[in-house]
Amino acid sequence: MFDTNSIVSLSNPVYKRRQRFNRLMLALSFVALLFGLFWLFWIILTLVVKGGGALSLSLLTQATPPPGATGGLVNAIVGSIMMAIVGTLIGTPIGILAGTYLAEYGRRGWLAPATRFLNDVLLSAPSIIIGLFIYAVFVAQVGHYSGWAGSFALAILVIPVVVRSTDNMLLLVPNSLREAAAALGCPQWRIVTRICYRAASTGIITGVLLAVARISGETAPLLFTALNNQFMSMNMNAPVANLPVVIYQYAASPYADWNRLAWAGAVLITLLVLGINIAARALFRK
Amino acid sequence: MDVVFKNVTRTFAFLVFILLAAIMVSLAYGSRESIAAFGLGFLWTNNWDPVNHLYGALVPVVGTLLTSIIALVIAVPVSFGIAMFLTELSPTWLRRPLGTAVEMLAAIPSIIYGMWGLFVFVPLFQSYIQPGIISFFEYVPVLNQVFSGPPFGIGVFTAGLILSIMVIPFITAVMRDVFELVPGMLKESAYGLGGTTWEVVWKVVLPYTKHGVIGGIMLGLGRALGETMAVTFVIGNAFNLPGSIFAPSNSIASALANEFNEAGGMQKSALLELGLILFLITTVVLVLSKLLLLRLSKGEGTSH
Repeated sequence: MFDTNSIVSLSNPVYKRRQRFNRLMLALSFVALLFGLFWLFWIILTLVVKGGGALSLSLLTQATPPPGATGGLVNAIVGSIMMAIVGTLIGTPIGILAGTYLAEYGRRGWLAPATRFLNDVLLSAPSIIIGLFIYAVFVAQVGHYSGWAGSFALAILVIPVVVRSTDNMLLLVPNSLREAAAALGCPQWRIVTRICYRAASTGIITGVLLAVARISGETAPLLFTALNNQFMSMNMNAPVANLPVVIYQYAASPYADWNRLAWAGAVLITLLVLGINIAARALFRK
Repeated sequence: MDVVFKNVTRTFAFLVFILLAAIMVSLAYGSRESIAAFGLGFLWTNNWDPVNHLYGALVPVVGTLLTSIIALVIAVPVSFGIAMFLTELSPTWLRRPLGTAVEMLAAIPSIIYGMWGLFVFVPLFQSYIQPGIISFFEYVPVLNQVFSGPPFGIGVFTAGLILSIMVIPFITAVMRDVFELVPGMLKESAYGLGGTTWEVVWKVVLPYTKHGVIGGIMLGLGRALGETMAVTFVIGNAFNLPGSIFAPSNSIASALANEFNEAGGMQKSALLELGLILFLITTVVLVLSKLLLLRLSKGEGTSH
C-alpha cells in the first residue's frame, strides 16, 4: 500500500521541516507534562520519607510538647476538626441557599448574574485577606483570638465553593422534571427542595467535600483568627490549636523534634486533603 | 411558604453579593490611620521602619509582582504543553489519570509547598544549581545583573518557581476546558488541509480560544499574587528591593503572615493597607479574567 504522506514528505523539504518541528513541539508538550508530574511525585516522596518515619500512635494521644519533650498533635487535630466542622456547618447552608437563588429564581433580574460573577472572584480571592477581614470585623471587636473567628474565616472560604457547585448542579437538572411537578400542583419551594435538590444531590455533596478539603489545609486565614494553643482546648471562645498553624510554627522552629512533628502533621494533612479530593471525584463520577 | 423560601434564598445570595464590598470596606476602615498619614505616596515609598513609624509599600508590592511574573513565565508554557498533550496527544484512557494527577498539584496545601521548598528544594538548589546559573551568566551583560548575588537558595526566584508549580493546575484546567470548546469541524478542516498537530493547535485552536487562554492566565496570576504560606517560607522576608532575582525580598502576603500578629498601632494599620492593596490588585485581575472567559463563552460559534 502506498502512504501518500510519506511520498510527500520524502520529496518535499518544506513538509519534512514542518514534520520535524511538529515532532519537536509534541515532544516538548510531553516534557511539560513530565515537568508538572515531577514536582508532584517529588513532594509526595518527600512526605513519605520525612513524615512516614515520624508517624506514630502518640501523635493521636499526646498534646503538642514544649521543645525537647516528646508529644503528639492531638490538640491540633481536635482543634482543626472542630473548626472545620463548624466552618462547614455555617458555610454550607448559606452556600446552598445562595446557589439555589442563582439557579432557580435568578433567571431574570440583575442580582443573580452579578452575584455569580462576584462569587467567582471570591472563590479565588487570597485566603489571607479573608483572615484579615475576620480579624477586622470580629477579632478586633471582641478583643481576642478565638476558635469561632477561625471557623468564620473557614466558612467564608466554604461559601463560594458551595455556591458554585450548587448553582451548576441545579442548572443541570432538566426543566421537564420541574414542569412535571408543577403540573401536579406542587408549589415551587417543594419542587426545589424535594425534586431539584434530590436530582442534584451528588453534585452538591461533591462541592461540599471539595470545600472541606480546601479548608482542611488552609493556614493563612487561621493565623490572625484562631491563632494557636499549646494545650488541649475545646473552648471555641479562646485560641484553638490547629494543624496548619502548628505545622507552620514547628517547621520554622530550630528544634529537631518540633520539625519532626511538623512533618508528621504535614503527612496527615496531605493524606486527608488528597483523600477527600479523590473521594469527591469518585463520588461524582458515579 | 413559597415567598418565604424565595426571599430566604435571595437574602443569602445578596449576602454573597455584598461580601466582597464588605471585605474592601473593612480593610479600608482598618487602614484609615495609615492612609491618612502616608497618603498615596505609600504605594511607591521604599521604607519599612517600625521604630520611627514610617511605612511604604514599595518592597512588598514589587516582591509580589515580581514573584508572580516569574511564576507566569514558567507556568504558562508548561500549562500550554500539558493542556495540548492532554487534549490532542494522550491516549484516551490516560487522559483521566494524568489530568487528575495534575489537578492534585492544586489540592496539596500551600504550607506543604512551603515546607518542602525550604527543607528539600532550597538546599539542593543552593548547592548544586544556583552557583552554576550564576557563573554561567557571569560575563553576559545585563543577565549577569539579573542572576547575580550570593547563592542563598531562598529568594525571589525560588518563590516564583514554587508559585509556578502551584498555579500550573489552575491554568491547565482552564486551557483544557477552552480547548475542548473548539468545534471538531474546525480542527478536522485544518488536518484535512495537511496541517500537523502543532500547526492545528498553534494556528487554529489557540486563536479560537485566545480570550479563554488569557482568562486562564489571569486566573493563575490572581492565585499567584495572593499565595501566602509557600512564599513566606522561601522568599527570605527581607524588606529590601531585590537587586537580582536570587535576592531575598518580601511579598505582601508574607509580610502580613510574618508581622501582623506582633504589630500594633500604625504598623497594624499599614499592614491592613497592604492587605487592601493586595485585595484590590487580585480583584481587578480576577474580574478581568472572568470577563475574558465570559466573552469566550458568548462568542462561541462566531468568528474571532
